[in-house]
Amino acid sequence: MTAAGSADRAARPGALWIVPAALFFGVFAGVPLVLTAVLSFTSWNGLGTPAFNGLDNWSRVLSDDAVWESLRISLVFMVLCWLVQTPLALLLGVWAAGRELNRAVLSSIFFLPLLMSTAAIAISWRVLLDPNFGLAATIGPYIGFPDGNIVGSQHGAVAAVVIVIAWQFVPFHTLLYQGAARQIPQMLYDAALIDGASRVRQFWHITLPQLRHTIVTSSVLMLVGSLTYFETILIVTNGGPGSATMVLPQRMYLSAFQSFQMGYASVIALVLAALGTALSLLIVRFSGFAKMRSTLEGI
Amino acid sequence: MGDTPLSRRTFLSAAGAAGIAGLAAPLLSACGTSGPAGRGKGGGKNLQVWVLQDEGQNPIQQAAIDDFNKSSATKLKLVPTASSGSSGYTDKLRIGMGSPNPPDLIFNWGTGSIVDYAKGGLLVDLDSQLASDATWKNSFLPSVLDAGKADGKYYGIPMRGMQPVLVFYNKTMFAEHGQKPPATYDDLLGLVTYFNSKKIQPFALGHVDAWPNLMWLEYLVERIGGPSVFQDILAGKPGAWGNPAVLDSLRRIQDLVDRRAFGTNFASVNYVNDGAGLLFAKGRAAMHLMGTWEYSNQVDKHPDFAKKDLSFAPFPTVSGGKGDANSVVGNPTNYFSISSKSADVAAATAFLKKEMAGPMYVDKLIKAGDVPAVSGLESRLSDSPNPEFAKYVYQMVQKAPSFTLSWDQALPHQFTDPLHSNLQKVFLKKMTPEQFVQAMGAVK
Repeated sequence: MTAAGSADRAARPGALWIVPAALFFGVFAGVPLVLTAVLSFTSWNGLGTPAFNGLDNWSRVLSDDAVWESLRISLVFMVLCWLVQTPLALLLGVWAAGRELNRAVLSSIFFLPLLMSTAAIAISWRVLLDPNFGLAATIGPYIGFPDGNIVGSQHGAVAAVVIVIAWQFVPFHTLLYQGAARQIPQMLYDAALIDGASRVRQFWHITLPQLRHTIVTSSVLMLVGSLTYFETILIVTNGGPGSATMVLPQRMYLSAFQSFQMGYASVIALVLAALGTALSLLIVRFSGFAKMRSTLEGI
Repeated sequence: MGDTPLSRRTFLSAAGAAGIAGLAAPLLSACGTSGPAGRGKGGGKNLQVWVLQDEGQNPIQQAAIDDFNKSSATKLKLVPTASSGSSGYTDKLRIGMGSPNPPDLIFNWGTGSIVDYAKGGLLVDLDSQLASDATWKNSFLPSVLDAGKADGKYYGIPMRGMQPVLVFYNKTMFAEHGQKPPATYDDLLGLVTYFNSKKIQPFALGHVDAWPNLMWLEYLVERIGGPSVFQDILAGKPGAWGNPAVLDSLRRIQDLVDRRAFGTNFASVNYVNDGAGLLFAKGRAAMHLMGTWEYSNQVDKHPDFAKKDLSFAPFPTVSGGKGDANSVVGNPTNYFSISSKSADVAAATAFLKKEMAGPMYVDKLIKAGDVPAVSGLESRLSDSPNPEFAKYVYQMVQKAPSFTLSWDQALPHQFTDPLHSNLQKVFLKKMTPEQFVQAMGAVK
């Protein structure tokens, strides 16, 4: 390992190669981030010159119940989306990794939602969820909504959004797990078979540990990604009923482009950026992902 | 292999920052658009006319521009912007107006939609122009011209049809049941009870889109307290939201919800995706409180229903109310305003003077089904595809002592979202009328 490490270091290209990436990052992420941070200390309606107003926006955010409510809703969505999507994607992915023809055919059908745009998906679901003429009118009575009022009730709306998002994103994560499961050496399963391990035990003791890194990757994408869910919710429930599904990004959008309070929206944007960054760093740290230990050690 | 975490950390924070890049990108572009300042051939200038993309309206606007360009050195150019609802256009307009090179002529909704621009000195004050040219001023219906005022002055010239809110009803269904459209609020409550007993939803309501709910509050407040109640709110007078007329209206709304005037599942029904309109057209709801566009909407989507069953009536009076029975609420019309940074304000003004009440433009609007806010149209409205409806709307606005602009268009932008979501909560009974008043009074 040491020898390989130093060889790697010696072969490292010069600092110049980093310039395009650094420029790209600087212009499209760094500068906007700094500008947003500056804007968060100003009052600006999009016209004329922003006027500095010190910590006003920040103290207003802290005392704004609507923002706290949206933060809570965002976190609820994050947790629910992870809980729903991870087991589904993991099981489907492992199943789809098999080489049989029926699996290949079915998998390619499962992956179809990947090809559709978010807006198209959300609009189709909105039509399905119409309580008088949509699918909601037909199946509502069987699932506790006699009048089809699914997106009009608090829990129904949350559930509907979680399901729509899962329908859209599970295929992507399935693809990740499928690829990873195919990388697991066959000899591990052969050895387990000889030891008399059942399918379920093989899954718990071989597949799951071998997929550790993929689980972390997929979880980071899901958790951080769920902080920015916006268009699905905007179209399916419009943040309703009342503000029961009003997530933080929609609150930011409304502050910026409906109320034209750019300074205030910038504070929410920074909170979102900080949350996303902190979350991904925490997951990477506590999952041991950063240590980059191979899953193939000892083989 | 050892020290990769740093670069990955940078990558991850980039992913986090990407979320806000979406917010900041328009700001960057706002700083950067100082393009060519429209100088055309032959000494004339080029002016940009920004409008909402609309298949029906854009060709009519283009015809007016072509007509004007024929005899003008300065040329106008139509720039339609696609939009969902109104948000795509208003966002783009805000960024354009904040840039050094704003559009010259601006399509808008009057009052609240332009008040920031008016206060910032970005629009041309048309008071003196209108005062010095009485013929021009008198060519528009006064209530509509006044409804577009911002900051107490005229900044906009009416440029398309009027859109007051009406009670639409299914006349075939009413006839079958021997009922009449409600003349008073008590009639309305009677109809709610009656239709519920027949398992027909009394009113269709597109609750999800938020603004349809507002029509109920606007009309009830107008009938109970008269136009001054909202004028006080608009003027920002302390305690204006707490006016007894507002509280009374909100209580009546909750009472209507309790009486199932909107059915039980209105919280899932939208307007923009034809949820409420379909409910009404299929005969599952008896009435629909909506702007005049509901008529063309039904003609478009459910032509049979529009032809055979669709009829319309004014909002009922409320006994003991101070409001005039003829007053209306809704969207008076759309307006054109002129940017004060325009390279040729005189040409832009000349365009509005020549075309907006001009015979060619008005005729085209009428033929497209619009009812323009231009005076003396009675005889010409026979050319409308729906002459009966057009004449009704025209007379309704003409005899209206006041035309209150939709609150969400009239109030400054920061009120829109609280107004929409708090009123939704009142309908859902998650907020009491008193809490609504308190929450709206706290908006800054």
